Amino acid sequence: MLQRTKPHPAQQLSLGRRLLRDRVLLLFALPGTALILAFHYLPLLGNVIAFKDYQPFLGIGGSDWSGWDNFAVIFNGDPAFLQALKNTLILTGLQAILVFPAPILLALLLNSLFSERIKRIVQSILYLPHFMSWVIVVALFQQMLGGSGLLNNYLRAHDLATLDIIGNSELFRVLVTSQVIWKDTGWATILFLAALSQIDSQLYEAASVDGASRMRQVWHVTMPGLRGIIILLFILKLGDSLTVGFEQIILQQQAVGRDVSEVLDTYVYNNGVLGGAWGVAAAVGLVKGLVGVVLVLAANKVAHIFGEQGVYSR
Amino acid sequence: MTRRIVQGVPVPSWPMRAFKGVVLLVFCAVVILPFVGVISTSVAPNKQINESGGLVLLPDSVNFAAYKSLFAGGVVTRALFVSIFVTVIGTLLSLTVSCLLAYALSRPGFSAGRPILLIVLFSMLFSPGIIPMYLVVKGAGLLDSLWALIVPTMVSAFNVIVLRAFFSNLPGEITESARIDGAGELKTFGYIVLPLSKAVLSVIGLFYAVSYWNAFFGALLYLNDSKLWPLQLVLRTYVINDTQLGSADLGTELLPPQASIQMAILVISIVPILLVYPFLQRHFAKGVLTGAVKG
Repeated sequence: MLQRTKPHPAQQLSLGRRLLRDRVLLLFALPGTALILAFHYLPLLGNVIAFKDYQPFLGIGGSDWSGWDNFAVIFNGDPAFLQALKNTLILTGLQAILVFPAPILLALLLNSLFSERIKRIVQSILYLPHFMSWVIVVALFQQMLGGSGLLNNYLRAHDLATLDIIGNSELFRVLVTSQVIWKDTGWATILFLAALSQIDSQLYEAASVDGASRMRQVWHVTMPGLRGIIILLFILKLGDSLTVGFEQIILQQQAVGRDVSEVLDTYVYNNGVLGGAWGVAAAVGLVKGLVGVVLVLAANKVAHIFGEQGVYSR
Repeated sequence: MTRRIVQGVPVPSWPMRAFKGVVLLVFCAVVILPFVGVISTSVAPNKQINESGGLVLLPDSVNFAAYKSLFAGGVVTRALFVSIFVTVIGTLLSLTVSCLLAYALSRPGFSAGRPILLIVLFSMLFSPGIIPMYLVVKGAGLLDSLWALIVPTMVSAFNVIVLRAFFSNLPGEITESARIDGAGELKTFGYIVLPLSKAVLSVIGLFYAVSYWNAFFGALLYLNDSKLWPLQLVLRTYVINDTQLGSADLGTELLPPQASIQMAILVISIVPILLVYPFLQRHFAKGVLTGAVKG
């Protein structure tokens, strides 16, 4: 930001005059602001259909109010809804345990490399999958691990038992989790590597003078340096904890069936857009969104209690 | 035992270095092998594909029959044109609208700057939900139109923040002197700010282009008419769901094996990303970090 030496005379003008003066800038900002309002804030109002018996041909205004009826599937514990909730939570748990720490470990490994050149080559390779769409990632996994994929061709050629990983409902969760790791672990190291480069190298020297081994240095110098960013990312992740890859899962749902693969987002899509139960789907989507917001606020509060900065300061 | 010391840091023992090397090699192989397999299979001779039972890692010889049949004017050719149209038009519109907004937000003393900035920032914290989003797109009359792939995702708040950070960091004296020489906002923006921002414009442009090229969710949700399908939906239908592509779909009589056709479709959707990747890669880390810090 520019630092002004004395108060600008314009700041004493009335609001109307200031807006008139800024009319060109307002015009500049108009299209972008309008688009964000229309496609981020207007849909929030659309959530009103969670409280309506929505009929597409009557429109939002014409449909009757139905009170909390649409929320019955949630509060009465409809089995299909509970299954979707359970699948979502299991996938979230797997991601918290397996996906979240992966980039931290990888960043530590990359950071410990001596050769800048090797480090850069490895980074270029590992960042690449992030730029591929989920359709491409799922297709690549099919080609590698499917019935006629590379793995099974190899097993067949060596007279070993084949292993169909794609379309196997027991392995679905592992498959989905490993796809997330494959796609985004490399990319996620960027933030951790940046945090690592901020750590004062004198701390390491001091620690090694005090006789700390490499492992102890990682524990007492590196990890505290990463703590802020780890907590920040974990809180943000919590807000998304009921969101587990809509695109990724809808693409593979046909192969394994809904029992293991239905998550809250696919439940909303299948019942609302495809099944026509608009109100119910909107109610589930609304509760899901609210839970996400509450989790972020709560986690941030906890972070403050422990003296961390969190996503925003108090 | 004494360790070799380089720049004040002891060099790790050789087993440790070997271990790291192996781990990184495995990581890289796991990322690269699928791409190699897919590209090889798309150009491998039929006989080799049949013998291997599917994917080929090293083709005996190279033939482009699969690509010829895909470009013969059928489903895939059309989808390719749709994807190119959406990517080019979408990126141009996104860049224009985002730059205008970011420039306005970067001007010190812009009276509406603060509230608009808050609107932009706050929109990053939540996503609107599938059903209400569908209703808004439907209400705007965009269903079954290619604009449904462009308009709802035209402005990314994140990209606006990165652009704004860049514009704000340009030396204020330059815009100030343009002002004294009598340039209005439009002239300052067009003749002074934009030419100084080529690097950030190309990076943000590429970010937008990649997301338009990869867009699948919007197409799945908003397009029923298969004539409007972009490449990603064709990929889902003919590769992931394994629907057979017949000669009617391809517009050619000669049919190469399905495996090589499928892999060629996959390659067509990957190659544009691979082409811009070296350029993206050079700049994105900086772009992402600016956004993270200033946001």
